[in-house]
Amino acid sequence: MMAIAESGSGPAFPLLSALVVVPAAGALVVALLPRYQEGVIRVVGLVTTVAAAVLATFMAINFKAGADGFQFLTRQQWIPEFGISWKLGVDGISLWLVVLTALLFPIALAGPIVKKDVKNYTAWMLVLEAGCLGVFLALDLLVFFFFFEIVLVPMYFLIAGWGYENRVYASLKFFLYTLFGSAFLLVGMLSLVFLHQRATGELTFDLVRLAESQSLAESTARWLFLAFAVAFAVKVPLFPVHTWLPDAHTEAPTAGSVILAGVLLKLGTYGILRFGLYLFPAAAVDLAPVLLTMATIGIVYGALVAAMQKDLKRLVAYSSVAHLGFIILGTFAFTRQGLSGGVLQMVNHGISTGALFLLVGMIYERRHTRQIAELNGLQKPAPVLAAVFMVVMLSSVGLPVLNGFVGEFLILLGTFATHRWYAVVGTAGVVLAAVYLLWAYQRVFHGEPQGDNRTIPDMTWRERGVMVPLLVAIVALGVYPKPVLDRIEPSVASLVAHIEQHSDFREPGVAKGRGAGADKAPEEPHAADGGHP
Amino acid sequence: MEVLDAAWLIPALPLAGFFTLLVAGRRLGDPLAGWVGTSAMAGAFLAALVMFGRLLSLPGEERRHVARLFAWVPVGGLQVDVAFLVDPLSITMALFVTGIGMLIHLYSVGYMHGDERFPTFFVYLNLFAFSMLVLVLADNLLLTFLGWEGVGACSYFLISFWFTRESAAVAGKKAFVTNRIGDFGFMIAMFLLFASIGSLDYYGSAGVLTNAERLSTYTASAVALLLFLGAVGKSAQLPLFVWLPDAMEGPTPVSALIHAATMVTAGVYLLCRAAPILVEADPAVTMLIAVVGAATALFAATVACAQDDIKKVLAYSTVSQLGYMVLAVGSGAYVAAIFHMVTHAFFKALLFLGAGSVIHGLHDEQDMKRMGSLRKWMPVTWATFMVGWLAISGFPGLSGFWSKDEVLAGAWGRSPLLWLAGVVTALLTAYYMSRQVFLVFYGEERWRSEPASDKSELTEPEPEVGAPAGGHGGGAAEPHESPWVMTLPLVVLAGLAAVGGLLNLPLFSKTLFLEHWLEPSFGHAAEHHVLATGTKILLGAAAGAAALAGIGIAYVRWYGRRPEENQALEPALLKRAWGLDAAYASVVGGPGRLAASWAAYTFDKRIVDGAVNGVATLVREGGGRLRRVQTGFVRNYALGIAGGVVLLLAWTLARVGL
Repeated sequence: MMAIAESGSGPAFPLLSALVVVPAAGALVVALLPRYQEGVIRVVGLVTTVAAAVLATFMAINFKAGADGFQFLTRQQWIPEFGISWKLGVDGISLWLVVLTALLFPIALAGPIVKKDVKNYTAWMLVLEAGCLGVFLALDLLVFFFFFEIVLVPMYFLIAGWGYENRVYASLKFFLYTLFGSAFLLVGMLSLVFLHQRATGELTFDLVRLAESQSLAESTARWLFLAFAVAFAVKVPLFPVHTWLPDAHTEAPTAGSVILAGVLLKLGTYGILRFGLYLFPAAAVDLAPVLLTMATIGIVYGALVAAMQKDLKRLVAYSSVAHLGFIILGTFAFTRQGLSGGVLQMVNHGISTGALFLLVGMIYERRHTRQIAELNGLQKPAPVLAAVFMVVMLSSVGLPVLNGFVGEFLILLGTFATHRWYAVVGTAGVVLAAVYLLWAYQRVFHGEPQGDNRTIPDMTWRERGVMVPLLVAIVALGVYPKPVLDRIEPSVASLVAHIEQHSDFREPGVAKGRGAGADKAPEEPHAADGGHP
Repeated sequence: MEVLDAAWLIPALPLAGFFTLLVAGRRLGDPLAGWVGTSAMAGAFLAALVMFGRLLSLPGEERRHVARLFAWVPVGGLQVDVAFLVDPLSITMALFVTGIGMLIHLYSVGYMHGDERFPTFFVYLNLFAFSMLVLVLADNLLLTFLGWEGVGACSYFLISFWFTRESAAVAGKKAFVTNRIGDFGFMIAMFLLFASIGSLDYYGSAGVLTNAERLSTYTASAVALLLFLGAVGKSAQLPLFVWLPDAMEGPTPVSALIHAATMVTAGVYLLCRAAPILVEADPAVTMLIAVVGAATALFAATVACAQDDIKKVLAYSTVSQLGYMVLAVGSGAYVAAIFHMVTHAFFKALLFLGAGSVIHGLHDEQDMKRMGSLRKWMPVTWATFMVGWLAISGFPGLSGFWSKDEVLAGAWGRSPLLWLAGVVTALLTAYYMSRQVFLVFYGEERWRSEPASDKSELTEPEPEVGAPAGGHGGGAAEPHESPWVMTLPLVVLAGLAAVGGLLNLPLFSKTLFLEHWLEPSFGHAAEHHVLATGTKILLGAAAGAAALAGIGIAYVRWYGRRPEENQALEPALLKRAWGLDAAYASVVGGPGRLAASWAAYTFDKRIVDGAVNGVATLVREGGGRLRRVQTGFVRNYALGIAGGVVLLLAWTLARVGL
């Protein structure tokens, strides 16, 4: 029907399918290797994840900036009776999340060295990667749900098998809690699809078809949005459904925490943005105050609770509650600054918090404790570790020149334009972020080291190598975020236009700015998306 | 090619120094790393001079140029570039920041000699200079904010430079967090300006200053208040001043550079930059600014009278002098604010460096009650300190006299009460500075009666700080003059502190150089109240008399007397800064901490998570009958899902026909 603005897609090379298949195939290879071949297994794991990273980089390089639709589209009939198809695509909203995922996995595998049962560990990690990439690429509701759920399995096994003391409780809680959320998602999705069929006669799980037809009654849409929102809120997690997070993060092995914070939490924020806002724009506008309220409470509350933690890893975990609150805030601002900032902040949080978990893991390996009270003066024996921790911490605090600032600033600026007082409270959270992190740094790294703290070794070359790409990203995204923002904005702008078209929301003129051409956009919504006969 | 397009060189040179030292600092070592840092600053100073010369060659109305580098944060209507604004105000700031920065870098080569982390010190110092220069040269609020936060971070690094000392670590954190409260205001001000005008640039067709007149009084007032909140944090005004006295935990050159001459003036600079917005605000807002400034000036001056630590006196004095600048801003006397900022940078940097020289010469003694008679032992330090003392006291003819005069004239124009507070502050300033001079350089050699240096070294938790390689510390208890790298900056600064008034002599209209020079930056915002010549002379005479009175009182009470005789002049309340700091600490540490603790352990654990676990228990017990079907092992469920997925995949693959 429509001309397709997809570049590099078509039968030539199914890039996006390859992104999902490569880690899955790697997992299969690992599963077939004998258990004692630990060296080979590690190499296979690393090579696979690096291959996926190369593919993702290739995709990012060839991604057409300035286009708002889905690119590299892949579409295969899967279960035509139910209108389900294997449809993958990437736009400015998912692009950087895919890149983030593909870059974090090799780092998570190469960083902390796991000694126990390397085979299963590596295999689960690879399955996890395939699942995460699938979530961000899927454009079919059922395919999305499939990946969304599959991710739980490897994560559960990683926490339960390679976690710390309280891992059984934590993994169970993680699994059941998010599964509970997913039940809402499944019901919501099926209802949407069948109601859509009743209204239009077409049975389809295709995200774009469902979103563009907007066939639901107002109240129905609101209920379905709520069902989606519950599922994603648990995953984010939003206050007050966040308590699985500190347990899971703290008890997970280092690599698990890195992926959990870096990627898995984004499934929630991405989901609410991609599915909540896109499928139910009017309902999202109506219910925005609820989510904004939860987000702002989360920002302040997460910071306060983080400040009081005695366990360093738990502190970092709670900081995620605050940071993810910012992302939701920006999402429900419905301005391009807020939304772009939210998308960027998903990436930033993945980098910074992933790096923080790696660093906490390094401290644990040296001191076999995460209790802040037992750590002190580490800057003296380990100045490099301290310096790296400082940079990562400042990125998390939102210091300009580093990545976190750009995202936070855009979010707050964009939110202020439409929801003034939420932004003011959110800005107060910026002050609090400095409190808990600097206080933790002071207690752990400053002072005269006592006892075992005096003799810990500084970062090894391998550890430095693992941190370098993260540090580079932290600085690069802070100094020159333009290439990233340029690719995010068109998709975000067309989402805003979609919301404006289907609700009474109007983006303020200052946010649109000069020459944004946003007023024209609703005339041909998502024209660049295609693939529908 | 426009010379002014090269303005980026001014911040870029210290940045280059930062990177060089970051990579090779350790190899360069002591003192080479210091020389690299100093050269970077010298280069920046030269670049600033070139820009200054170029601006001078242009006619007044053309003295504004934007040097664009690249797009920084472009999203929709928000288009923020990394671009530098070269105008009289920014170049004035850049000149004194690089000039004094260079001198203090040089001084640090001597002061930090022998410190284990000598190269690291210069890494931070160069990074600070870079941030400060970005702050003053930025052409939009967001880039200014970048510099603003950058100097804050460097201040944090440098205050806690001797991080093994608990008090230094705490002070660094306190400075950063307190400043963040101010940053809150700065950020909201940016959001509000963007929401109202759609830009964060200062000038240009869409600029916030160009369009300041379009703002409603309400919005302009809100923006002015919010920016003022930022200034209150950064420039240590009431009630957020508490971090600055603690910041003296940092090495003394840091106190001179960051916590006296440059960073703390950033708040005043911001308000001056935003003058066109302040003009649009409700007069009550600028009155509030003036009152806070005057109150801070007076308050901090009283506290400075009762301090024993040589650096604490100067710290409270800095708070007080910043109060003068804020008072000037609130009175609409922007030129006076900048004038006093510059002269203050000269004499306060001089005083801090002199204090550092004393501390250095006495092997890390900071208690003035254990000093005395040092003029015989440290002649250069003494002579230069004298100049700084007279300048800050407002002794007629020296730089401080002229700039303070301008501030007070501005205050008189706003309200005689503000002027009165300013004059009383002037008296107190002359008094506490004279007290300091008499305690340190005159009287008995109290450092001799007590084995002060040995004792202080025992209590010093950071031994290597006090014992530089040069062989002092052990045995030799006699004070000594500092090396030339330290005394040379003192001499230069003493010269500037003496004649700095020449920048803006109110004798003839022609000699008001600074006022004419800054006119393009302030425009009509700087139309302050023109006082009759007679009034001006009277006001100046009153201020001069106050200065002499302060010196006289101090002479009677402190010259040649034992400090114990004067305990009545140092009430405990003043020593503790009216108990404000302690009050904050007890609120944050008491109810604040209790609330957070309740949220973390009672609310989060018991209530929120308790509900979750409660539901789980309920379900488990209720579902007990289903036990036979369900194994209760999540791993079995998980495996079930995994198995299902495999089956689904196999089925699909079969269907697709692979």
